[in-house]
Amino acid sequence: MNGETPISIRGLSVYYGSLQVLKDVNLDIPARQITVIIGPSGCGKTTLLKSLNRLLDTVEGTRVRGSVILDGEDIYAPRTEVTRIRKKMGLLSQKPQVLPMSIFENVAYGPRLHGLRSKKALEERVAHYLRVAGLWDEVKDRLREPASTLSVGQQQRLCLARGLAVEPEIILGDEPTSALDPRSSQNVERRLLELKRDYTVVVVTHILRQARRIADHLAFLYLGELVEHGPAAEVFAAPKDPRTKAYLTGEIS
Amino acid sequence: MTGAPNGSLRRRKRTDAAFRILAAVSAGIVLLSLLLILGTILWKSIPALNLSMLTRTPKGGFYLGKEGGILNAIVGSLELALGATALAFVLSLPLVLYLNSYKRRDSKTAVWTRFFLDVLWGVPSIVYGAFGFVVMLVLGLRASLLAGMLTVALLEFPIMSRAIDEVMSLVPRELKDASASLGATRFETAFKVMVRQTAPGIMTGVLLAFGRGIGDAASVLFTAGFTDRVPAALTDPAATLPLAIFFQLGTPFPEVQQRAYASAAVLTLIILAISLIGRALSRKATRHVVK
Repeated sequence: MNGETPISIRGLSVYYGSLQVLKDVNLDIPARQITVIIGPSGCGKTTLLKSLNRLLDTVEGTRVRGSVILDGEDIYAPRTEVTRIRKKMGLLSQKPQVLPMSIFENVAYGPRLHGLRSKKALEERVAHYLRVAGLWDEVKDRLREPASTLSVGQQQRLCLARGLAVEPEIILGDEPTSALDPRSSQNVERRLLELKRDYTVVVVTHILRQARRIADHLAFLYLGELVEHGPAAEVFAAPKDPRTKAYLTGEIS
Repeated sequence: MTGAPNGSLRRRKRTDAAFRILAAVSAGIVLLSLLLILGTILWKSIPALNLSMLTRTPKGGFYLGKEGGILNAIVGSLELALGATALAFVLSLPLVLYLNSYKRRDSKTAVWTRFFLDVLWGVPSIVYGAFGFVVMLVLGLRASLLAGMLTVALLEFPIMSRAIDEVMSLVPRELKDASASLGATRFETAFKVMVRQTAPGIMTGVLLAFGRGIGDAASVLFTAGFTDRVPAALTDPAATLPLAIFFQLGTPFPEVQQRAYASAAVLTLIILAISLIGRALSRKATRHVVK
């Protein structure tokens, strides 16, 4: 481990109206590893993930206390430019959400926003990240077709390519395989394992077996509280907190 | 097996059958009235319908003239409705995007804006006409193509806005989030993603407003005026098809009354043509829409 922590979450509490969904969470996300956040549904996993790229801003009636330090900068500081924060992170959502445009345009969308204009550079960028996402061979002859004509599994890999094309440092996955069939899920997992060489990956899942397969670092969230976190092997082998143990053995879910 | 469930099943089936008949009758009445309207207009207009009707301006005045055509009203109506629709669109789209991407659904601004649009939708067009007339007097404008356009644009604006707003509010949050998470601003998400996603609905809204605009008589009565000539400038008065129908039908001469039906047929055909074009365009725009 090289000790870098691109994201430090400090005293983070999130409220939806009067309901507190995250309670004073403190967590360091290690660089170029897969950090998996597990926990039963409704425990605040997705909220925690969305707080990292400030997508919570769009949810009505949300209040955030505490801070998230990204590359030494508090993303909740009033002067922070939210689009710049989001450019540093690629997001995979539960259900792949392609944009209403062609396959090519989906991937080119982000780079265009951030000022890439040259047609040649865009074509190279799109082709490169479609390859990284393992989709190139399937779509290279139909780049101009609507993205919605792809299968769900292909759409999720398109979303991955689209997220990578803005050249982020961090990849966020919000149960990224929950809408996919087993084969496509495996495909996405394999991509994530490859990508951790260059990217910091944070994945939320409720599938314990998936966590075992991909996690380097594990965080267990229960009722909005970060109960336990640490190297995945350690947490799986010897959970310190009885609640973690109960969750890992399937007593609470 | 007991008798009661059987009896209730029979009753449910009867209800089902009764409703099916009711639905078929309703559909039949709607279809029949449509055919009856089209049939009556076409049949009554046949004696007056000829090429010069479409290509000439009236001879002997629009009120008493039995010669010439209604080119003045065709061109006037098309110019007026196209201009008004364009104006209304330029107002509607930003408003709707503002409501749907910058404002929360339950915000005071959004709730009140939607309420006012609904009220405006319900305002009778003669009231718009009267309002337009007052504005004209204040601005020192004559009854003209421009004044008519502005008034009809006001009439179309709430219709178009609410129609587009309905489809825009169906854009899933996840889609907006996907765009935002790539670093798009709200403006970029609105114009590059939401507009594309709702393109077919926007088209429908525009067509709905255009149809209302081109068919409305009361709002242009005082504001656009009427004339025998094809308008040559925005400040010229402009004839319109609904008013042509109104004036021609009001004469005591059967020949001129026939011309009213011809005008009505032309107006109906224009709306039909625009709808068909709109549907074709809309189908094309559906290609990229994400389900």
